[in-house]
Amino acid sequence: MSTYLDHNAGSPLRPEAKAAIARLLEDHGGNPSSVHRTGQSARRMLEAARAEVAALIGADARQLIFTSGGTESNNLAIFGATRALPLRRKIVSSSIEHSSILAPLNALENVVKVAPDREGRLPPDEIVAAIDAETALVSFALANSEVGTIQDVTAIADAASRAGAIFHLDAAQAVGRIPVNVTELRCDLMTLSAHKLGAPAGIGALYLRDPSTLTPMLLGGPQESGLRAGTPNLLGAVAFGAAAAAIAEHFHEEALRVSTLANELLADLFDAIPRLRLNAPIRDRLPNTLNLTFPGVLGESLLIALDLEGIQVSMGSACAAGAVEPSHVLLAMGLTHDEARSSLRLSLGWNTTRNDIARAANIIPRVWRRVSEAEPLTDSGTTGKHWENLR
Amino acid sequence: MSRRVLVAMSGGVDSSVAAALLCEQGYDVVGVAMRLAPDAPPNTAKRRGTCCSHDDFEDARRVSERMGFPFYVVDLRADFGARVIGNFVSEYLAGRTPNPCVMCNREIKFDRLWSRANALKADFIATGHYARISRDAAGRYHLLRAIDSSKDQSYFLFTLGQTELSRTLFPLGDMTKTEVRARARALGLANADKPESQEICFVPDGDYARFVERLAPEGAIREGWITDDDGNTLAGHAGIHRFTVGQRRGLGIASGEPLYVREIRPDSGEVVVGRRDGLNSRGLIARDVELVDPTTLEAGGSDVEVKIRYRHPGLPARLTLSSPGTAEVRFVSDGPAVTPGQACVFYRGDEVVGGGFIERALRE
Repeated sequence: MSTYLDHNAGSPLRPEAKAAIARLLEDHGGNPSSVHRTGQSARRMLEAARAEVAALIGADARQLIFTSGGTESNNLAIFGATRALPLRRKIVSSSIEHSSILAPLNALENVVKVAPDREGRLPPDEIVAAIDAETALVSFALANSEVGTIQDVTAIADAASRAGAIFHLDAAQAVGRIPVNVTELRCDLMTLSAHKLGAPAGIGALYLRDPSTLTPMLLGGPQESGLRAGTPNLLGAVAFGAAAAAIAEHFHEEALRVSTLANELLADLFDAIPRLRLNAPIRDRLPNTLNLTFPGVLGESLLIALDLEGIQVSMGSACAAGAVEPSHVLLAMGLTHDEARSSLRLSLGWNTTRNDIARAANIIPRVWRRVSEAEPLTDSGTTGKHWENLR
Repeated sequence: MSRRVLVAMSGGVDSSVAAALLCEQGYDVVGVAMRLAPDAPPNTAKRRGTCCSHDDFEDARRVSERMGFPFYVVDLRADFGARVIGNFVSEYLAGRTPNPCVMCNREIKFDRLWSRANALKADFIATGHYARISRDAAGRYHLLRAIDSSKDQSYFLFTLGQTELSRTLFPLGDMTKTEVRARARALGLANADKPESQEICFVPDGDYARFVERLAPEGAIREGWITDDDGNTLAGHAGIHRFTVGQRRGLGIASGEPLYVREIRPDSGEVVVGRRDGLNSRGLIARDVELVDPTTLEAGGSDVEVKIRYRHPGLPARLTLSSPGTAEVRFVSDGPAVTPGQACVFYRGDEVVGGGFIERALRE
């Protein structure tokens, strides 16, 4: 018996995506670039999938290219935009971005990183003030993957547009969880990831308001409007398309269902665990995401104890597992090292049931109590203060 | 429901086989690899061959995948830094020669990891140590040397008391290293023929002096003089942490006969050297003494065999407990140089009675 509450790391494959993959495996597949009829059939499937994914964000299919995932989309957005505007030298971003944004930014100069408030909100005024005629790119996550805070981007879109800067939104975590519409958000580029919404990993997309905005990074063939050379991942694309279509079909009922379950779980945990804290605003937050500071325990220990009881959660970014550095997002939000180390992320999704939530609400407080008694977070050893002094 | 055991896995052959054996015996095995040493600074020697490098964790992970038990990497670097590395540095700075493996067992595996085992509702902790635990009819636990005397690691485990022993498993204590390697091969473990780890895991290049210098507090490293027994100054030195009692090489003194470090005086910074015969001692004073079973020792002194370092064959001695945690150990005949800071462990036959840390030698 196991309850999976880690959809932000990767959502289990949706039945619709599984069926699309099975159909393609039965079929021949083929290369969408080929002239013959198998190629034509492959091309049709690829373009149908593109239309389904584009529809989920209110875009035209011609504005969407497939990539290998969110990381590639973010890299292409950052390097592609800065190369397209070589005379502008400034980039505006934040300190709470995903590593696939922070690492490319580290390779560039003159990056302004705005800091969030205690709930993970980036101050729009500061961002707007930082955007000027020198700015090539403004790049943010629409919703933070670790804490779920949703940013208010209206003023930022205006400022970027006025300054002629390229406005990129990393919506890998937002798409499928909240309504996302590129026209309303007025972004130039948007990153999408498939495995966050129930399609397999290995496929993602980048929306481009104007496909001539970017300089391509992968050179080779003319695929994906010349912006991303390489034979497209048709298997991934059809699954992505099927998952997107399934989400679009029941968007509001499903969003309400997940949001209700998450709020019930949160209420139950607040009742059972004194001094528990939600690291995000109650409202402007991905409704499926609960980043919680559990008082007096190491998140690492609680995570393992919960896994052994069949509750699967995470310590923020999945890439950090095994090398348990405190989350850079939580630290940037002003949590102490100890608070950051005591925090876990619970993220719900399409296959989360009421039964799962009842189980989690029953088991988590019990395991938290056991861990906090057996292995209390103390001032001496576990916080490493002595060792930091030694250095 | 089968009983849960938390197995401390380094990725080496020993702990891998230990985990596999417990799996076969029907335990609910949970494997953990501990991150202990701080990350090596960039551009230093690669950390291969030490017991705690990341490559090794991948081996441990493969073992768990093969045997089908859950495996986690746990981050105990802060505790290890504070309690083991911190102690290592301060001991060297105090002119003693520490044994970090004993401290790691006491402070990390059987304290910090012990708490983790409770948090994870484990009934037992297991390691790949070569040592045995037995339980007698009266319900008392005994810590015994391993069957394979060339691998015996009971020396490192003297701090375990009755509570710890009652919840600890050493699956390899009845096996020889050859048998363990054969089991590893039979199990198809990729690391069956992996070389033994030798270095102290957090000093991969073996340069203890430089390591201590890097971590010493400001002003703690002081130059001093090397003197002879009569107080004559023979040479200067760059800090007492560079010396170990009994050491011969690296003194930087030209002399007609070999000279050995006889004593380190942390207060004056003097390192006293002398001829080999001047090193001998009659016994030692031990501090932080712990007994495996406090009820076993006779008041007024006991006959034991004492090991004054890991590879020491052992010497017959008379053990007297004085104030709590302090013991006087008198060798039956003249003994060799004793090195302050090292663990001294008391045996009766195959059984570990207890042990402590050498405070000083007894010359008279």
